[in-house]
Amino acid sequence: MELNVVDLSRLQFAMTALYHFLFVPLTLGLSILLATMETVYVMTGREIWKRMVKFWGTLFGINFVLGVATGLTMEFQFGMNWAYFSQYVGDVFGAPLAIEGLMAFFLEATFVGLFFFGWDRLSRRGHLFATWMVAIGTNFSALWILIANGWMQHPVGAVFNPDTMRMEVSSFFDVLFNPVAQAKFVHTVSAGYVTAAMFMLGISAWYMLKGRHVAIAKRSMAIASAFGFASALSVVVLGDESGYEANLNQKMKLATIEAMWDTEKAPASFNLIALPDMEARENVFAIEVPYVMGLIATRSLDTVIPGIKDLVEQSKGRIRDGIIAWEALQQIRANPNDVPADVRTAFDQNFESLGYAYLLKPFTDDIAGATDEQIDTAAWSTVPEVLPMFYAFRIMVACGMFFILITTVFFYYSSTGKLDELQENRRWLLHVAVWSIPLPWIACEMGWFVAEYGRQPWIIESMLPTSAAVSDLSVTEVLLTLAGFVALYSTLLVVEIALMLKFIKIGPDDGTPEDLLPTAKAQSTRAVAMPAE
Amino acid sequence: MILYEFIDYSTLKMIWWLLLGVLLIGFAVTDGFDMGVGAMLPFVAETDIERRVVINTIGPTWEGNQVWFILGGGAIFAAWPPLYAISFSGFYLAMFVVLAAMILRPVAFKYRSKRPDPSWRNAWDWALFTGSFVPALVFGVAVGNVLLGVPFTLDSDLRMAYDGSFFGLFSPFSLLCGLLSVAMLVMHGSSWLVMRASGDMVVRARRYGTVAAGLGIILFALGGYLVASGYVEGFRITSDIDPNMAANPLAKQAIAEGGAWMRNYSVHSILWLAPALGFIGMLGSLLLLQTRMEAAIFLCSKLAVFGIISTVGVSMFPFLLPSTAQPDASLTVWDASSSHPTLFNMLVATVIFLPLILIYTAWVYKVLWGKVDEETIERDDHTAY
Repeated sequence: MELNVVDLSRLQFAMTALYHFLFVPLTLGLSILLATMETVYVMTGREIWKRMVKFWGTLFGINFVLGVATGLTMEFQFGMNWAYFSQYVGDVFGAPLAIEGLMAFFLEATFVGLFFFGWDRLSRRGHLFATWMVAIGTNFSALWILIANGWMQHPVGAVFNPDTMRMEVSSFFDVLFNPVAQAKFVHTVSAGYVTAAMFMLGISAWYMLKGRHVAIAKRSMAIASAFGFASALSVVVLGDESGYEANLNQKMKLATIEAMWDTEKAPASFNLIALPDMEARENVFAIEVPYVMGLIATRSLDTVIPGIKDLVEQSKGRIRDGIIAWEALQQIRANPNDVPADVRTAFDQNFESLGYAYLLKPFTDDIAGATDEQIDTAAWSTVPEVLPMFYAFRIMVACGMFFILITTVFFYYSSTGKLDELQENRRWLLHVAVWSIPLPWIACEMGWFVAEYGRQPWIIESMLPTSAAVSDLSVTEVLLTLAGFVALYSTLLVVEIALMLKFIKIGPDDGTPEDLLPTAKAQSTRAVAMPAE
Repeated sequence: MILYEFIDYSTLKMIWWLLLGVLLIGFAVTDGFDMGVGAMLPFVAETDIERRVVINTIGPTWEGNQVWFILGGGAIFAAWPPLYAISFSGFYLAMFVVLAAMILRPVAFKYRSKRPDPSWRNAWDWALFTGSFVPALVFGVAVGNVLLGVPFTLDSDLRMAYDGSFFGLFSPFSLLCGLLSVAMLVMHGSSWLVMRASGDMVVRARRYGTVAAGLGIILFALGGYLVASGYVEGFRITSDIDPNMAANPLAKQAIAEGGAWMRNYSVHSILWLAPALGFIGMLGSLLLLQTRMEAAIFLCSKLAVFGIISTVGVSMFPFLLPSTAQPDASLTVWDASSSHPTLFNMLVATVIFLPLILIYTAWVYKVLWGKVDEETIERDDHTAY
């Protein structure tokens, strides 16, 4: 395969984003868990909760800095590698990024210093306030980033301006309250909460297996399983909401997730396992569950979900409309002060398909004179590789279902005060919890892949193809930075994991037996939360 | 009702030009002393405990300071999209170097004291040095290149082509700007250390700060001379330009011309205040570094940072990023901004959040204020960096 700047830039973006997303979900969830535990501390005055906050806070800190470090790249690489994207949509896309800095990142980064260094300088309530500010800032950060990302998936509230050759905002309100962004936000932060809960659950289970720090491990487990149970339900239910939204505006993404080549009679069946063949444009085999897909994606029995082949046919039509818009645009720009009415009408009626004309660029320089064959090739380029989409989605969903199961089990044991029983008779469950620690990360990365790879070949859905968005760089330049980022990030990741393991092995400070005395009797979470005598 | 029309498009462009200055100065004033401290770290502190003292003077607050950098990126993206697109893709490899260096910084702070091993700690100290010195130098070099103009062209789709190379960024003038930036931030960092550190570190900081301030004065004067004498060409708009125009950089004509960066000063003599503040601030720091007036030293170095960065801004106005390859395509305040509604929306967000940021940042500094010395580090051995 010949290396080109577009593919290398995509690879670099994917690599830096996937690395960044190793750290962010844990930060999102753990910040809320820390604030929750500290709230219990302030309400009950029991020292053990403070030590829990400090211990999990240490692990939070080790993870947090890498989220910050890898986040730096994210803020700048739109300009570095995707200059035409930045120029074309900066008017819309830049605002949420800037507001993220103003409203969220400043908050979390300023207060995180107080979280670590303010224990002796602030009152209990003062420190609790700082911790909550970190948690709120972190989560607001995700909101603004997903508003930006949601706009790339579903570009609302913007129009193309021929004078400035770019998309400009027409309704900031629509950009903010983009339904795709809202669904994505809740789905993503819930995924972060599950990640943190599974992390805390797994490490606590390990301590219980070893018989170390049992008092702290049990309380952590109680908090983590309750929080994880609620979040795991939320991530699946709101993932379903994402699927519903995807059906409304990213039908191709949905069709490739399903490996659904032909439109079926409603309600469509769900392919449990399939072996899609891109060349033959069919599934070599598939195990289907009838009706399920139609119900999930349309919430009705009679709405048809279009298959890949029909969507490609629709794309051909939009490419032809796009060519009309593109030709009209050339005329408008040649003589902007005197646009004939019919040209203006042609543009206004077809401008929503303008991006489709750019799909022809990789195949011909002469957009106006594109042949039927070129239009056919361009239309088929709107289909992402089906196989990875199909399985990435199924791995993510399987993980999600497993999280609901495991958090339910642990929630049952902790809320009925039977965690001791786990330690004595159900040790295999604790082993399962330990070995499940990596799963949320796998699920998160798969989710990113489905969302972002599934949007290809668009950088902004139906508006601008990725291939047209890239900067004027050489292959050597991008190769150099790609190699540099891979080397740097991988080194840091190894160091991070080593430090995490070191501090997990050291474990929390158990304090004095007196600290444990009142809480030793309290076996249920309810009793733990009662005020100290 | 259309809210944004309450403020003229041209006024909003002007406000965003000022806010761009606020962001750059905010970054240089806050994260600037962190970088200055980091760039001095291996020299101003020798033993492990000394280094921990120095690191912990900035440890709890550097993270918030660095957000000025992130916000700078975001705000340029939102308010000046062509500037974001062209500068960061044009300076591609230089940006990579800056990012790689800056990525080391958060990690170095956090991980350095997590293990007692001296070679581990020493390695992270040098990472902190790199993460501070390299960006300080490259930012200065970048500003130098902006003053010189950048070899980019725009086609009618506003697609950018760049005809420069990484090594082409390093000319005598841009290196001078890079050194000025390092000198300015080292001076600023030592003013901070004099205020927050203790013992021998303060003595050494005074020494480095004095040298840096002296060097800064010389480099600033020399840079000014090169610009005024026409060795460094400025740029000038030669066609009519309507400040309320839709933002398309190709709608005007411009040329490169010796002495053009001095034109604003002859029209508005009040602008001389900017370079004057740069000199006064550096001279003030130089002199006060010999005294015990700690707060006054830091105030002077802040003034110097403000003056030097403002000088660049007012000399170039209305240019943001001139093009040497196609001067007509140069980005200016009037033709490289976001749309009228976006500038307005972003102004509303800024008016709400910037004062809040300043208030809680000031509060956090107040809570964490106080001298850091070897005793405080020993007392907080586990929590301190």
